[in-house]
Amino acid sequence: MSEAAPTDMNEVRGRGRPKSRVLQASWDVFARTALLGCACFSILITALIIGILAYETSRFLAEVSVVDFLTGLEWNPLLGEEKHFGIWPLIAGTLLVTLVAAIFALPIGLVTAIFLSEYAPARLRSVLKPVLEVLAGIPTVVYGFFAVIVITPSLQWLGKLVSGEAVFGPYSAASAGIAVGIMILPIVTSLSEDAIRAVPKGLRDGAYALGSTRFDASAKVVVPAALSGIMASYLLAITRAVGETMIVALAAGGLAQLTILPWEQVQTMTAYMVQIFLGDAPATGVEFKSSFAVAGILFLMTFLLTFTGYRILARFREEYE
Amino acid sequence: MSQPPGQHLDFRELVERGEPRQIAKRVRLDRGFYLMCMAITMIAVIALLVLLGSILINGIPGLSWSFVTNFTSRDPGKAGILAPLAGSIWISAICAVVALPVGVATALYLEEFAARNRFTNLLRLNISNLAGVPSIVYGILGLTLFVRMFGLAGTTQDPALEIGGETYAMYYDVTGEPLRVPVENRSVTPTLETGTIAYMQRVLDGPDGELIFTDHWEPIPLTIVEDSANAPLANGVIPAVDAGLPVDYEVEKPWYYVQFPFGQTVLAGGLTLMLVVLPIVIISSQEAIRSVPGSLRSGSFAMGATRLQTVSRVTLPASIPMIMTGAILAMSRAIGEAAPILVLGVALFITDVPQTLMDPFTVLPMQIYNWSARFQPEFRALAASGIIVLLFVLLAFNAIAITIRQRFSRPLQ
Repeated sequence: MSEAAPTDMNEVRGRGRPKSRVLQASWDVFARTALLGCACFSILITALIIGILAYETSRFLAEVSVVDFLTGLEWNPLLGEEKHFGIWPLIAGTLLVTLVAAIFALPIGLVTAIFLSEYAPARLRSVLKPVLEVLAGIPTVVYGFFAVIVITPSLQWLGKLVSGEAVFGPYSAASAGIAVGIMILPIVTSLSEDAIRAVPKGLRDGAYALGSTRFDASAKVVVPAALSGIMASYLLAITRAVGETMIVALAAGGLAQLTILPWEQVQTMTAYMVQIFLGDAPATGVEFKSSFAVAGILFLMTFLLTFTGYRILARFREEYE
Repeated sequence: MSQPPGQHLDFRELVERGEPRQIAKRVRLDRGFYLMCMAITMIAVIALLVLLGSILINGIPGLSWSFVTNFTSRDPGKAGILAPLAGSIWISAICAVVALPVGVATALYLEEFAARNRFTNLLRLNISNLAGVPSIVYGILGLTLFVRMFGLAGTTQDPALEIGGETYAMYYDVTGEPLRVPVENRSVTPTLETGTIAYMQRVLDGPDGELIFTDHWEPIPLTIVEDSANAPLANGVIPAVDAGLPVDYEVEKPWYYVQFPFGQTVLAGGLTLMLVVLPIVIISSQEAIRSVPGSLRSGSFAMGATRLQTVSRVTLPASIPMIMTGAILAMSRAIGEAAPILVLGVALFITDVPQTLMDPFTVLPMQIYNWSARFQPEFRALAASGIIVLLFVLLAFNAIAITIRQRFSRPLQ
């Protein structure tokens, strides 16, 4: 402060400083209430999401029976004479893409995390960390473009090389899955690394004192100790993969079919929503309403995954803090 | 990390010394794992290099100043990215203006004011869960809440409430000139008679003989003719068959114009993205506030400050650099989001820079998606050029974040 410090309480009052403890305390209560109001906004958002999805789903289920929706194995609302609204092909498509992404990203992510926290020299770390941060900051539509322009042609070439036939078409679950895998790789790595770093140094020292190599210490002590955190990171990454939209809309295809063959094209739940909202269906039809029901199922899936992930994370924090 | 003893032992040495073979085996395993780690870790680096490389190779040839200043076009040679670029900047600005205060306030409440009770736990759990909700679901919320307002206030084409706009019905006369007739709102069909005053855009002759359309609209009395085949070719003459329903409605929007529901406008888009990034802003602000040392708070309390004084004069100023860094990273997330905007049903073909909160818009990732989804290589090259522009915007954002972090972060201990 540039002016001279006040020496006299009267002078302080004269400058318009708060006059009493009571006034200050009431300001405190006011601020607390206002901030609480802002905090409640987040609860309002959740309530609105659940409310809107439940309402629209109920309107959809007034036209299509719940049993058909939840047990049907055929999903073709836009093509054909008879419309079928069985959710399973969409769920299977989502799970197939997620599975490919998980097979790609989860082991690589874990190994990278172990390497970063246990092995990597500081200089290598200072290269790898920014690389992962950049990967984490790239918009998903860019990964979608990458899938279309690099991954799909590479897979087509590889498929032809191995089997002699064109097994991969212009759309495939594998192409989208690999792109999603690259997208979730930084999430797995950074969350797993946090978990591994949270393991107390004493445990490592103990392992080394018993004659462990770094591999022994990592594989037999550190990773088991951080297992819950690693599991949580897996779940949170899988949540992102399940909800990923732009990559699958570009690379996975538009045909909802029940398959486990990664070179087939599949439609995920999010890709179906993109198809509807881009205007393939009239806004009042049952197809349009079906996208809200699909969104409801998607919300439920991601909610369960995140909830479980954070429960595990909370438990693992308690262990070491 | 302290050097573990295993690293200094060479396994050949061990074997020569006659150590048990098992140790040599374990050391060899350790070496092997180290090399495998190196190789696997490089996958991330290679992925990034191939990603950036493929984008640069495809996108650099199409980059030019006209690409940034042109509007989109069906002709890939003329297509530019101005409208989505402007839209993205608008959207992220609105998003920041709303998400930042609400997010920081929520974080302050949770970190500084909240009691440890079940409600606070519920709040925390709720925010963690919101962070995991797919962005396309937020798009559905934005569509219902902002674009349509639950369908309670008219439709987006015919809003129930408009503030500040002047609505005109559009007609074309026999010469093909557009004419505007002022109306109350978009559901009114004016009755045109001979003598009704309409407005015609004044056109000037440019220096090279081209026509310049001005913003000035001149009144002109209409002539309605029954026999459209023999109608005199003059301004203001409208055949009776065309005088029924207007071709279109136009709204002259001053900057403060607002309509309810918002429709597919900049404001609705910004607010929808605000929903997407709010949990991210809250979580990063919480981390920022948590990183302020407790001793600073204790010092403030010890000098007789109330909680509000402590928060507003000690905790918040100390955590501002980190909050800003987190907020900018959240904004760069917002700039890259296409899914929620796509759900709102925004028009893809926009040939105007948004001027007001109530103008239609599109964003960079939407335009990139649209171009990528086509099979023609020309459009895919455009997508790559668009991605370079998008990455450049993100780079600028991150540069700002880093500058703030370095400029304002003082050691707190």
